Amino acid sequence: MRRHVDTVMVEQRAASFTRRSIKTQSKTQGLRLALSMIDLTTLEGKDSDEKVRSLCRKAITPWEGEITPSLPSVAAVCVYPSLVRIAKRALEGSGVHVASVATGFPSGQFPLSVRIDDVTKAVEAGADEIDMVINRGAFLSGHYDEVAEEIKQVRIACGDAHLKIILETGELETLENVRAASDLAIEAAASAGPIADGEVFIKTSTGKVSPAATMPVTLVMLDAIQSYFDKTGVRIGMKPAGGIRTAKQSLHYLVMVKETLGDDWLTPNLFRFGASSLANDVLRQLVRQHTGRYTANFDFSEA
Amino acid sequence: MSRLTVPKTYKLYIGGKFPRTESGRSIPIQDCKGEIAAHICHASRKDFREAVEVAAKAAHGWSGITGYLRGQILYRMAEMLEGRREEFAAAICATADVTTAAARKEVDASIDRLVCFAGWTDKYQQVLGCQNPVASNFYNFTVPVSQGVTCVIAPDEPSLLGLVSLIAAPLCAGNTVVALGSQKHPIPTAIFGEVCQTSDVPAGVINLLTGKRSDLIEQVATHRQVASVNAAGLSKKDRVTIEVGAADSIKRVSFSSLKGDAWYDPQLCASPWAIEPFVEMKTIWHPSSSH
Repeated sequence: MRRHVDTVMVEQRAASFTRRSIKTQSKTQGLRLALSMIDLTTLEGKDSDEKVRSLCRKAITPWEGEITPSLPSVAAVCVYPSLVRIAKRALEGSGVHVASVATGFPSGQFPLSVRIDDVTKAVEAGADEIDMVINRGAFLSGHYDEVAEEIKQVRIACGDAHLKIILETGELETLENVRAASDLAIEAAASAGPIADGEVFIKTSTGKVSPAATMPVTLVMLDAIQSYFDKTGVRIGMKPAGGIRTAKQSLHYLVMVKETLGDDWLTPNLFRFGASSLANDVLRQLVRQHTGRYTANFDFSEA
Repeated sequence: MSRLTVPKTYKLYIGGKFPRTESGRSIPIQDCKGEIAAHICHASRKDFREAVEVAAKAAHGWSGITGYLRGQILYRMAEMLEGRREEFAAAICATADVTTAAARKEVDASIDRLVCFAGWTDKYQQVLGCQNPVASNFYNFTVPVSQGVTCVIAPDEPSLLGLVSLIAAPLCAGNTVVALGSQKHPIPTAIFGEVCQTSDVPAGVINLLTGKRSDLIEQVATHRQVASVNAAGLSKKDRVTIEVGAADSIKRVSFSSLKGDAWYDPQLCASPWAIEPFVEMKTIWHPSSSH
């Protein structure tokens, strides 16, 4: 059943979260939390082993400078399946997860067998988390059963690895579609077996399509998560990805999560940012808070 | 028929736009008779940070274009200033106790200064750079390259000529500029943004702030993205603040102590040695078959 979504109200409510004043200590706390929730991501054709290794070093120790208490590591490093092995070795013992996009990322336009194989290979290589893309073409054509079946099979292929389901909201046209896709994704994942808290995420975007994550889209997805929690008591995770570049934006998202799902979700187990440049902006703000001086872009390693 | 006056609040010039200060503050500026001539924006630390941010983004493009093109753009600024000669003379007279003739002389000198540095954009490299003799099979060159973002603190007087002289040298060398205009006579700085905007100066290359020095001096000194400082008319205390901050963040600092007529002297203000503090020297070893 499709839920009605009031676009105007959603946009207004989403905008209201950007008007909280967060200063000094609470800002520092928020930024540290945001840093610990980042999936440091590199998804480019030119990614090399060394690029991934350097990203992993940054993931473990985001900044080499002195700051007390020491900064948290990010939540995960997100790479293509062929680079999972490299990332796994580089992150060994650090507690930072390896996430891999799979299922024919970013389009999802491949035969199901190829997409499942993609997942299996990534899991075998050591991925702790799989970021799958749904087949948007099938969804928009109304082939919901097909989409649901794919998600179910992918979840089974994941085994113990956590699953993040990318809806690619930039291609879904309306907020109502976003809500429908969220509900469908969660139900489909649940049909493959019971879900522990944080074992399944829904994720906005691949980062390859514009618009990527926006506040209204994320709010609609958070609502879907709330509904599922009310119904079953299971906590689904949320990952906005793409287009979140500034520390300020990350605080807006944290405010939104706090004021909708509540404090329970303010943990890397249930909320993530898919981003690459966000980490450096968060670091810039944290270092500025710490030293009182403005920093330069060359003070931080590339992410 | 009598007209209503049109009182003005001048804006800042940041990243090719004319924003008000994010702080919402303004300062009334008095004319020589003690009446309010205009309001200007009282720039905050965040405005400064924003300006440095856009200047840093613009630096690559500005240093990447040819010296010839930079020269054309600086010359275009001179042309635009020439076209608004009377407006600038009036802006100088509005708050400073000078004759119209003296104000016109200052505008003319500012135009000449821009023309002069426009000429240097593709020539200072030959004067400051060199080919070095080395005792092996290499050609060895030293060439000047730009630094990045230069922060300018203009003297109170001459308000226009001081500002133009201090920004033209770093611009000539391919640096982008964040300038804090004369605190006492800020109107010429405020309208100079309109000259930049109509001269093909890429957005972010020149950023102009007005307000109080004391609010920003600490940030200018410590901001790590600022590569150099070009300042005039600072108190000893301000100079110390800048030098201490610059030592920590490794900036090059250039203080000018020019006064009065000295600002009009091209030997002092428009020589390639005015450009030298705003370049880094890069030495290149190139293999040769013989020496």
